[in-house]
Amino acid sequence: MRPQLQTPAQWRLKPLWLKALVFISSAMPLGWYAFGIQADSLGANPIEAITRGLGTWALNFLLMTLAATPLKHFAHWTWPLLIRRMLGLFAFFYASLHLLSYLWFDQFFDWPSIIKDIFKRPFITVGMATFLLLCPLAMTSTDGAIRRLGLPRWKKLHRLVYLAGILAVLHYFWMVKADMRTPLMYAVGLTLLLGLRAVWLLHKHRRPNRQ
Amino acid sequence: MKPSSETYIPPSEITPQNLYNRRREFLRLSAGLALAGFLPPAEAKPGSGKASVFSTTETPTPFKQVTGYNNFYEFGTRKEDPAAYAHQLRITPWTVLIDGLVRKPKTLGLDDILKIAPLEDRIYRLRCVEGWSMVIPWLGFPLAALLRQVDALGSAKYVEFVTAVQPDAMPGVRHKILDWPYVEGLRLDEAMHPLSIMAVGLYGDALPKQNGAPLRLVVPWKYGFKSGKSIVRIRFTEQMPHSSWMKANPAEYGFYSNVNPNVDHPRWSQAKERRIGEFLKRKTLPFNGYEQQVTQLYTGMDLKKHF
Repeated sequence: MRPQLQTPAQWRLKPLWLKALVFISSAMPLGWYAFGIQADSLGANPIEAITRGLGTWALNFLLMTLAATPLKHFAHWTWPLLIRRMLGLFAFFYASLHLLSYLWFDQFFDWPSIIKDIFKRPFITVGMATFLLLCPLAMTSTDGAIRRLGLPRWKKLHRLVYLAGILAVLHYFWMVKADMRTPLMYAVGLTLLLGLRAVWLLHKHRRPNRQ
Repeated sequence: MKPSSETYIPPSEITPQNLYNRRREFLRLSAGLALAGFLPPAEAKPGSGKASVFSTTETPTPFKQVTGYNNFYEFGTRKEDPAAYAHQLRITPWTVLIDGLVRKPKTLGLDDILKIAPLEDRIYRLRCVEGWSMVIPWLGFPLAALLRQVDALGSAKYVEFVTAVQPDAMPGVRHKILDWPYVEGLRLDEAMHPLSIMAVGLYGDALPKQNGAPLRLVVPWKYGFKSGKSIVRIRFTEQMPHSSWMKANPAEYGFYSNVNPNVDHPRWSQAKERRIGEFLKRKTLPFNGYEQQVTQLYTGMDLKKHF
């Protein structure tokens, strides 16, 4: 959804600067790994560092995307809405690279083995499902798509992002060997972001005349 | 281009001869300062050992990777944590208690242990359960020589290895990620097998702390986690020891944990591995390539059941 901009004319340029800044920062993790390959600074197992790092960044961007709405509701910040689409697309971008690095560096495009993996290993199944859920969201991210679908239907479709978030965190949990602290951190973050939405809904429901 | 066999060595992996000849010098120069602080006393410092028929001719993984990419959860679960924090481990004095079902329980100091048997160079493959592998030039002696010191009772069937816990030196043990102290175990005949060693060094020098100083177990045909680091106690038992990983996740980690490409970890395949430093994956070999030497230990056993 395009947020309503209610800014005075002299501030109109700001979104552009904001977007440029966010775009450049969002591309930086990729730059970091590209530089890391060149400089051999990704440790003894660079391929694993890249595959895992790309997955972590996909999840980071997914959570950032999910933060825009609660920030509007509870902190009255509207600027995150301006960059939400871009953050969502970066989530998809890093998820695609994460998947590609699995297909390539882990499996070397050995399709029978990949298919076996998808059906046999729950954490791969869940990871793949997350990616499939993100695909229609990325494909309908344009203004044109919103127009064609109509806002209510578009919004309904894009609620899939909640499920994608949950599956992405589950994917992380099921991959880890023993130390659950980092996936737990993400689970707490996600629960907070989704929980705030529930709180907001209840709040709105209870006092329908306000807002 | 796929590596056709375990002996395949890509040209890029081969250290130039002149560098290889000067490897110790390099190690001293580069690691000297860092190592100086935690080398065992001079008399306990292992020299270069005698060659062993059990050594592989494969190219050893560079020192930097061997000592910079470690699983030693006592110091943290990231691969870089052991190298960053292990310097805090106190290794002098160091004693190993050997007890349980033995006639002569003993507490041995490191100096006594180093006198038990001549040190040998054992260049072994190491296969981690996570799907990566290395080749490490250990310096050590047969575990059997150590175990013979205490005169085991006939009822002893297993050997349990208990590793060090120093909470002030080990940031990892403040979290109950595993049941500390880290415990591992072997069947007595596995422990007595000539391939099983106690390592006290690598690359011709004392064992770096992140690799399990001052002495650690190395059982090359099993996944790496079976080879406990910084051993403080060896206990002979009649019952199968309950290892820390078995307690953490009994469905995923069995007692035997022999390297087996045909038995997957429940969450990932074990058919292939990435040798650290290589891009393509290699096929994982049964018993990590030590099948000929150890297969008779398991005759008649269903290795899918006893994973």
